[in-house]
Formats: sequence, structure tokens, C-alpha cells
Amino acid sequence: MAEMSEAARLTDFEARIDRGEKIEPGDWMPDAYRQNLIRMISQHAHSEIVGQLPEGKWIPYAPGFRRKLTLIAKVQDEAGHGQLLYAAAESLGKTREAMMDELLSGKAKYANVFNYPTPHWADVGVIGWLVDTAAVINQTMLAQSSYGPYGRAMRRICYEESFHIKQGYDAVLAMARGTAAQRLAAQEAIDRWWYPTLMMSGPPDSMSTHSRLALRWRIKTKSNEQVRQEFVDHIVPQIRALGLTVPDADCAFDAATGHHRYTQPDWEELKRVVSGHGPCNQERLAVRRKAHEEGRWVREALQVAS
Amino acid sequence: MTDTQWSTWEVFHQTKRGDPHEHVGSVHAPDPQMALQLARDQFARRLKCSSLWVVRTSDIVMTDYQDPTFFAQTTDKSYRDPKAFDAPEKRHP
Repeated sequence: MAEMSEAARLTDFEARIDRGEKIEPGDWMPDAYRQNLIRMISQHAHSEIVGQLPEGKWIPYAPGFRRKLTLIAKVQDEAGHGQLLYAAAESLGKTREAMMDELLSGKAKYANVFNYPTPHWADVGVIGWLVDTAAVINQTMLAQSSYGPYGRAMRRICYEESFHIKQGYDAVLAMARGTAAQRLAAQEAIDRWWYPTLMMSGPPDSMSTHSRLALRWRIKTKSNEQVRQEFVDHIVPQIRALGLTVPDADCAFDAATGHHRYTQPDWEELKRVVSGHGPCNQERLAVRRKAHEEGRWVREALQVAS
Repeated sequence: MTDTQWSTWEVFHQTKRGDPHEHVGSVHAPDPQMALQLARDQFARRLKCSSLWVVRTSDIVMTDYQDPTFFAQTTDKSYRDPKAFDAPEKRHP
């Protein structure tokens, strides 16, 4: 088939996508498909790696031994998810070292949510419950991705994330059933995380530069708006069931559409936060750089020993 | 800042003795022992595992998805299939 023209290869490739076939590492693929995947998967990997930090900070202060063990396991999972995703990106020909350089130099983007502070234990519960619910809705969709290694990594990750949601919900539940001060702390954490979590699914499709190709080639199978709406419809009744409030007076179920209406987050804020100007971007990258430098001797020793 | 360039290793996981080893993903490591340790941390941290294999990705020889002729059946091979025979399973009385 080496004699096939570029146009014929593209037609053949798109026909495979339309039939629901999975694309594997050795297959021919348009360069834009490869580049789009490398961008998405490496950003996703960086998000998991940086995502260890806001919650990891709370490991020494977790209330009780069981919650401490749980949080350690969750943060370890995030590291593992980062590794799985880096491996999926490597299968497209991008090296681990190049991805690491892009993260540490500040060139790479990662999920907005990890650039916000976690001033209270309640933030750990709300991240597990809200942020990880939004993540699982997105990742369940990505498990259907046309790129085989990405979809397979997603299925493994979703299985583990369901534990993350459960432990977060359990932590918030304990506070919602607790003292007035605990209920207030839970509410304040929800207030802090509501809009950043809505932003996490990405800008509206009209503003998204990559969505069109990603949908056409089934790298993702739902638009940012669809994923966000699924999250809102899922989480709003849960928040209210705990006697807590969604910090959006206009958020209501609309019987005509069968969905909840909600106020759009500030998309300018999303742009600022993912381009390096959120409240904690510098702090997060400084921690990663320090860890990378302090681990250099280990990498070098392994290299010499091998 | 690029200071190493490690290989990737494909990981095969066996849930219990007697089961087949199944491909579960890959790890990035400088040598086979480190690859096995990382594979354990990555793929055996929750569910049961009795054995892991790692194989350097570049050592795997594979068929080409783009070459449909490799698996093409040029002649009728239905005689290899038990369903192709009418003879009843049970002996006639």
C-alpha cells in the first residue's frame, strides 16, 4: 500500500474511524491527528502529575489514619495515571524527556483546576467529589477514543478514579453531617471549586480551536458543552441532597430541555489560568522543578547501572 | 534539560497462575529490572497479579496493519471448521 497517495490514505483512515475501528501506534495517521493526540495526551499527563500537589499538601494533616492512607493512595494513583498517559503519548513518537522539559519550562499547558489553592481540608473532599466527577465524565468519553492506547489507558484510569470520587464524597458527607462550622467549611469549598470545575471541561465549542478536528477524528466523542452539561446534571442534585448550595442563583432544572441551566464561568479567567497566570502556577512548577532536580542523581545512577 | 533517553517496555500481566499473560500497557525505564519494578507499581498496585513480563518495545516484531495480504485466505479453508460438517455429534442408534 506504499504507493497510495496521501489523499487516498486520508480517505482510508477516515473510513476506518467512521467504522469505529481503533487506530494503533504503527498505523498510518494524518500528522494533524498525531499532533492533536500528542498535545491532548501530554496535557492530560501533566495534569495528573501536577494534580498530585494541591491534595498531596494535606497528607500530613489528614483527619485520622484511614483518611491519611486513602489520600496517599489517591495521590499515588494520580502519579500512576500520569505515567500511563506519558506512555500513551510515547507510543506516538514523543519522548518522555521532551514532555518533561515542556512541563518544567512552562511551555506545556495542564488542567486549570490544579492552579488554585487548597486552604482547607474540605478542599480535598470537594476536589475528589466535584473535580474527579467532572474528570470521570470526560474520561469515560475519552475511553471511546479512536486512538487505541489512549482509550485503554482511560479505561484503567476511570476504574481508579471511581474510588477517588467516593472518598471525596465521603469526606464531604462527614462534614455535611457535622457541626455548623464543618458544614460552613464544606460550603465554602464548594463555592471555591464550582466555577473552576465548570471551566475544566474546556471553553465553549465556538471558542475551542481544537474541538472540530478532535470530534471529526473521534479523538473525543462529545463536545466540551456536552461534557459540562452532563457534569452539571449529575452533580447539582448530589450537592443539594447534602443540604449544600450550588453557588449560582440561576442554576435550575429546566423541564423543557431536561437539563439544568447554569451560569457560564469567566472564560477570560480560564485563559489566564492555563497560560501560566493562575493563583498557584508558579508554586506548582517550582515544586516540580525542585523534584526533577533533586531526582537527577537517581536517573543518572540508573543510567550508569543499566 | 534532557538528561536521559530511556527505552519503553511493554508490560504483560498474569492475574493468576495458568492464565495467559495479557498486554496491559508500557513503562519507561533504563533497564529490565527497573521496568519490572515500575510495572509492578503501575499495573499490580490494586488487583491480583501472579506474574509480570516486560519486553523492550523495540524488540517486538509485529505484522503491519497496512498489509491486508498477510492474513488473506486464498483458498476455502472451511474444512478446518467443525461447523462445516453435517455428521451428527452422537452415533446413530
